[in-house]
Amino acid sequence: MSTDVHTELIRAGRPVAVAPRGAGSEEDPRTRFAAPTAWRLTTVELRKAVDTRAGRWLLIASVLLAAAVAIARGVTGAAADRTFADCLELALLPFGILLPVLGILLMTGEWSQRTALATYALVPDRARITWAKVRAGLLIGLGAAVASVVAAALGNAVGIAVGGADGSWSMSLGDLGQTLAAQELNLLMGVGFGLLLMSPALAIVAFFALPTAFTVLGETVSSLESTFRWIDPNRAFDPLLNVDVHAGDWPKILVCALLWVGVPLVAGIARTHRREIK
Amino acid sequence: MWRGPRPGNVAVVIHVENLTKRYGAHVAVDDVSFSCEAGTVTGFLGPNGAGKSTTMRMLCGLAPPTSGRATVLGVPYRELPNPGREVGVLLDASAQHAGRTGQEVLTLAAKTLGMPSSRVPEMLNTVGLEGPAGRRRVGDYSLGMRQRLGLAHALLGDPRVIVLDEPANGLDPEGIFWMRGVLRDFADRGGAVLLSSHLLHEVEAVADRLVVIAGGKIVADGTKDELLNAGGVLVRSSDRTGLRRALALADLPSTTTTDGAQLVDGDAEAVGRAALAAGVVLTELRPAETAGLEQLFLSLTSGGTTTTQEQAA
Repeated sequence: MSTDVHTELIRAGRPVAVAPRGAGSEEDPRTRFAAPTAWRLTTVELRKAVDTRAGRWLLIASVLLAAAVAIARGVTGAAADRTFADCLELALLPFGILLPVLGILLMTGEWSQRTALATYALVPDRARITWAKVRAGLLIGLGAAVASVVAAALGNAVGIAVGGADGSWSMSLGDLGQTLAAQELNLLMGVGFGLLLMSPALAIVAFFALPTAFTVLGETVSSLESTFRWIDPNRAFDPLLNVDVHAGDWPKILVCALLWVGVPLVAGIARTHRREIK
Repeated sequence: MWRGPRPGNVAVVIHVENLTKRYGAHVAVDDVSFSCEAGTVTGFLGPNGAGKSTTMRMLCGLAPPTSGRATVLGVPYRELPNPGREVGVLLDASAQHAGRTGQEVLTLAAKTLGMPSSRVPEMLNTVGLEGPAGRRRVGDYSLGMRQRLGLAHALLGDPRVIVLDEPANGLDPEGIFWMRGVLRDFADRGGAVLLSSHLLHEVEAVADRLVVIAGGKIVADGTKDELLNAGGVLVRSSDRTGLRRALALADLPSTTTTDGAQLVDGDAEAVGRAALAAGVVLTELRPAETAGLEQLFLSLTSGGTTTTQEQAA
């Protein structure tokens, strides 16, 4: 390394004043300071998601909303519907809308808020930032799942306290897993859209409009019906969101996840890598 | 205060070699080469759109060059594992999230760099954004405050090199004076500074070297003195005949200007000594106006504008 720099300077025909290099690594700029670890970058991205008023209130509002609808479910309606599982189903609704939006904002923020210049000057390997954002998003999704379970428990407990509710706590671990998977998948789809489209407005519109367009198209054109069963994300992901997945649904979920999450993610990483920062 | 740059052992810390950037048919940066040394401030001058920012973005690995290369401390920027610890970069002071506080912007960067959190108030203090100013949101900052925050951001990792694009924009005269002091101090402790400007007088007072770019091409590159002395000095005396005789005696060729001064092809010291030897009182001795940097800058860059138009056509 030292010799490289040396020859480099001589070739450039500049005055050379390279002092003898001591304990190699201390003076070699390629090894002098360690790169930030993946975990450090993840915590920075997590902090970025909540360190503005908009980001903070988006999260607080959805937690409050989840608690409100869960309690509403616990205290109203038919006794048989006033269970933990039913409370959870409702508590998940606000997050179902929030998490993809949060994923989109997470990925488009550097461009829409013009922080890309500072961020990528500190971490030139853009894919590292992208993956840190994906990990931060998944952690937020996990947090949201925990929050919705807590909200559902609160709703069911209030329902029991008020009286007249079924109040059943029963829910299988598998069902809880499905709930979490649905949240994360939903969020990742937002992440992919944000990463690929790079503009929050465009990505949000596309996220909500495109799958709906697919559903409408699949239902009106009967010849497309059999194909669209495999590529319409609304239909494929519905069993997961409703915690009602049957064995035959998994392949469809996988195909759709690949198409609606995997493809935008990969294309988005490529696009992020190539985009010139101004 | 930050510790300042450690004594570097590479004299040339920024090295730009035949850097070219094309956007379709337009050549934004055309075969640009220059270097910056430790302990110096290099002014990167050129009119708006001359290619300064594009060159700096390529230097910092934010835009890929069409051809050529650039190294910092002998290494391409992108190969520095934690570049903020080596090179402090301020490319656009306005490019910060309006919703974050100044303090938060620095905290995020400090975490990425692995600097202790105590570094944040320290740097806010250095740039005069301590106290309530640091807790205000960047959206409420004036451009001058954003420049100060940007400089704090660049200095946060205790780097050896700082690269600043138009850092004086939006600063008031006092702020410009203050920034000059910070940059001079950084260079005097062995650091290297590359700063760009489209206004000569902003860098004239602080830069040791000037690299002038116009139409994507380097049109002048040298120390400030070299560029200044290129056109000689203007000298005036109440004893015009005595002065002409003194200059002739000292073998300094000169011509008389329309208003009775002598334009000398030589440096100020030689002229001063000649006058001293002949006992002639000087009433004026300064770089010739036509050779002033301002003139040089204007003549060089106006020529460059034509080049750009030719290229665009």
